[in-house]
Amino acid sequence: MIEEIGTTEQGDLLINVGPQHPATHGVLHLVITMNGETIKKIEPHLGYIHRSIEKMCESLTYRQFIYTTSRMDYLSSHINNHGCALLVEKAMQIEVPPRAEAIRVLMDELTRIASHVLWWGAMAMDLGAMTPYFHAFRERELINDIMEETCGARLTMNYQVPGGVMFDLHPNFRQKVHAFIKQFKQKLPEYDELVTGNAIFKARTQGLGYLSLEDAVSYGVTGPSGRASGLSCDIRKIHPYSIYDKLTFEEALHSDGDTYARYLVRMVEMRESLSLIEQLIDNIPEGDFLAKTKAVLKPPKGEFYTRVETARGELGVYVVSEGATTPYRIKFRSPGFSNLSALDHMTRGQKIGDLVAIMGSLDLVIPDIDR
Amino acid sequence: MSNEELISQLTTIQPKLETDVAGEWPVVQVEAADWPKLAQAMRFKEDLWFDYLFCLTCVDWKAHLTMVYHLTSTRYRHHVVVKSRLNREKPEIQTVCDIWRTAEFHEREVYEMFGVNFLKHPDLRLLILPDDWVGFPLRKDYEDPVNMIKL
Repeated sequence: MIEEIGTTEQGDLLINVGPQHPATHGVLHLVITMNGETIKKIEPHLGYIHRSIEKMCESLTYRQFIYTTSRMDYLSSHINNHGCALLVEKAMQIEVPPRAEAIRVLMDELTRIASHVLWWGAMAMDLGAMTPYFHAFRERELINDIMEETCGARLTMNYQVPGGVMFDLHPNFRQKVHAFIKQFKQKLPEYDELVTGNAIFKARTQGLGYLSLEDAVSYGVTGPSGRASGLSCDIRKIHPYSIYDKLTFEEALHSDGDTYARYLVRMVEMRESLSLIEQLIDNIPEGDFLAKTKAVLKPPKGEFYTRVETARGELGVYVVSEGATTPYRIKFRSPGFSNLSALDHMTRGQKIGDLVAIMGSLDLVIPDIDR
Repeated sequence: MSNEELISQLTTIQPKLETDVAGEWPVVQVEAADWPKLAQAMRFKEDLWFDYLFCLTCVDWKAHLTMVYHLTSTRYRHHVVVKSRLNREKPEIQTVCDIWRTAEFHEREVYEMFGVNFLKHPDLRLLILPDDWVGFPLRKDYEDPVNMIKL
C-alpha cells in the first residue's frame, strides 16, 4: 500500500483529489505527487464505483446483459446499447429493419449532442464560468424530454435491443426534434461567443496538456480526445456500422493536441451530429421497428467483437460464446479507461491549477472507467 | 494486405504460430515465451505496423487461461487477434506496455481479475480492487459469499 498523504523522501508533496471532488465529476481518486506547484506524477485509484459488470454479464442472458451497459457510460447509454445489440445481431445474423436503423442513428446522435452539451457546460464550470452550465442544461433538457417520450427514460435508456428498437417513435418525435434543431442552431453561435472566443478560457486551455499523435495511438486515446491529436479514430468513419456509411458527415480532426483542441473538436462534432439528425429526421423509412427474433437467443460457439463510437471514444464489446444462453466471457473495452491512462503522461510538468482543465477536456465518466 | 498475406508475414517472424483465418479477423496463437519478440516485430515492422492495441483481456477456460490481444494498424487498417495460452497455476507472460502504453492499465486489470503475472511490468499493483483483496474475481471458480449475488 502506498503512502497517500504527507511528503515523499525526495520532499515532494502528496495531494489527494477525490474520491469526492466536484472536478472529477464522479468518484475518481487521484494521488498527485507535486514539486511546488508542478505535477510530477498522477496516479489514479479506481474502483469506487466498480460493479463488476463483466462478471455479472456472465450470468445474464443475451437480452438481459444490454441493460447493464446503460449504467457504464450513462451519458452515451443509447450508443452502449447499440454496440451490444450489434454484437448479438452479428453473432445471430439478425437483419435489422431500415426503420430501426434510422431510429438508432437518430438516437445515437441526439445522445452524442446531449453528452457534448453537458460536457461543454461542465468544462466551463470547472474553469470558473457558471453561466454556460445553465445554457447547456437548457438544451440538454429538450433532448431528455424527447428521449423520455419515446424511450420512457431520461438517462438509462435500454431502448435498443437485438433486432431493432423496443418501441416505435412517439408521434411527437419528429416535431420535437425539429424544434430542437431550430433552437440548437440558434444557440450554438451563442456557445461560441460565451466560451470559444473567450480570452480567459483560451489562456487557460491553449498549449496545456499536450498529447502527441504517437502517444495518442500508444495510449489508445480515442474519441474527441484522440481526434484532437490528429488521430483518425472515428469508428463511424473507419469501420462504419449501422447506416453511417450512407450518411455524409465530416470527421472532426485537429492537430494541436492540447486542451483547447479537444474543446474545438467537440464543438465541431456537435454540428456534425446535428447535420446527421437533419439528414435523417424527414427520411425515416416506414415499416417494422423490430425484427422477429427467437424468444431465447443462443449465438453459436465462437468469439465476436463489435466497435462503436460513443461520445467519449471507442467502445469495444468482446464476447466469447459457448453456444449457451449466457455469454461465457464478456469484456467491455471502455473508452474512458484508456483515455484516463494517458492523464499522467499529459499532466507531467504542468501546474496543479491546470489539472482541472486538462482532466475536463478528457471528458471522463467514472462508471465507464470502473465498469 | 489480405488476411492470408498477413498470416504468412507473421509466420515468417515466428514459425511456430497456430493460425486461424475463419473468423472476421485472423487469429494467431503464440507461445508465451515467443510473444515479446513477435510483439516487437508486429509493432515496428514497416508493412505490419500494428500500432494500436485496442483491447487486451483474458479468458478463463478452466483448464488454462488465454490472453487475448486485439491489434490494429492506424496506417493500414488491418486487424489481428493474438492469443496466448497460459498455465492456470502459474500464469506468466511478458508485459507489452513498453510497446503499447495502453497495456499498462489493461494488464493491471487482468492481473487483479485473473492473477496473470506480467513479467517486467513497471508497476504491477491492484488497480480497481481494494489493496487487501484476496482472489481473482473474474476466474470461473471464484467464490465470494459476502459480495457476490448468484443470479
